Amino acid sequence: MKSMKTRILIHGTVAALILISTGSYLIAAENEQVIQITAKRFEYSPKEITLKKGVPVVLEFTSLDRLHGFNCSGLGIRMDIRPGKVNRLRLVPDKVGTFPFHCDNFCGSGHEGMRGTIMVTE
Amino acid sequence: MKVDRRDFLKLAGIGTVVFSSRLGKWDNLANAAPGKDDFFFVQLSDTHWGFANPAVNKDFAGTLKKAVEAVNHLKIQPDFIMFTGDLTHVTDDDKDRRTRMSQFKDIVSALKVKTIRFMPGEHDAGLDEGAAFKEFFGKTHYTFNHKGVHFIVLDNVSDPTSTIGDAQLEWLSADLKKQKKDSRIVVFTHRPLFDLYPDWDWYTRDGAKAIEVLMPYSNVTVFYGHIHQEHHKNTGHIAHHAAKGLMFPLPAPGSVPVKNPIPWDANQPYKGLGFRGVEAKIKETRYAISEFSVRGEKI
Repeated sequence: MKSMKTRILIHGTVAALILISTGSYLIAAENEQVIQITAKRFEYSPKEITLKKGVPVVLEFTSLDRLHGFNCSGLGIRMDIRPGKVNRLRLVPDKVGTFPFHCDNFCGSGHEGMRGTIMVTE
Repeated sequence: MKVDRRDFLKLAGIGTVVFSSRLGKWDNLANAAPGKDDFFFVQLSDTHWGFANPAVNKDFAGTLKKAVEAVNHLKIQPDFIMFTGDLTHVTDDDKDRRTRMSQFKDIVSALKVKTIRFMPGEHDAGLDEGAAFKEFFGKTHYTFNHKGVHFIVLDNVSDPTSTIGDAQLEWLSADLKKQKKDSRIVVFTHRPLFDLYPDWDWYTRDGAKAIEVLMPYSNVTVFYGHIHQEHHKNTGHIAHHAAKGLMFPLPAPGSVPVKNPIPWDANQPYKGLGFRGVEAKIKETRYAISEFSVRGEKI
């Protein structure tokens, strides 16, 4: 059991190092910023999010009704937002700019308008 | 990357399927001289019955009926008609969904050709995993054979995550194992199997797995809908042909920041809408594609 724990720890460390090197994701460190976002037909709240370049953040998504998605291709991140659980996504923004995101799991008549924006500043 | 006709003819030199839109003889249905095994089918797509925005389609209640009439007036009737999804426009109300499907079914019952096959789009099946669609139209994925061609209908919409899913992929693999490597295979899907423009949901999340399974087969062609415009692309030797819709056109992939229907042009009514005829030239292992307007004029 001990060796398995060690193995997992090592694998986790390697994964973190790899992810850090790509500059996109990060296994978050302590004191990470957490932003809670709710998703429901057909909106996110908040739908405008401001982050700082290089500062780790955890996006915590909760669906208030059904399956939704979160896709921000400009930052290379996406996840399913499943109801009944908190869906966490960790990242370290590696570039400045305005990056639109949208729901990429078909959710109904207003699906096409379920959008938001992440602004990354220096 | 959009592949133009010249590219396709170039590809045809090394492949087995020739895109020969506007070269087919059955398209004007006046000089038809088909081989004995050749046949002709019609693809209609994205009829979105229930959509009701006159700024986008002033004739939203009449466009599908006009297309049905146009198909009925083709000089040579197709062997079968395939609807490649989004038969109805999405509604969040289960009862309204069924009402729309019932109305749609009633309208297309006026088609003279009675061999009509259906598949769902995400507007039909994405909210209830295809429950209503199955009640009205049957299975969401299936196969059939016609004059030596094996047709595979893949469902990449009933799962709202834009996936085919492992179970269906296994079903596809098992079905293909029964085919020869040079069998003539046509695949119908709603969404594109390849990453046409993922930010607009113009992709299938696990579409690459389907393409990988299909790749060993030398004569595969995919016809799909979803993007409401004609589009042609090859992934290796597999050709993918998107059809126009019959309710509203959409902009070219990535051409505008937000994907919205193209507004109705009073000077060019029904512009960007239409249906497709496909002539299967069996001996030559090619498909001649012809595009028709809503009124049945060859484009």
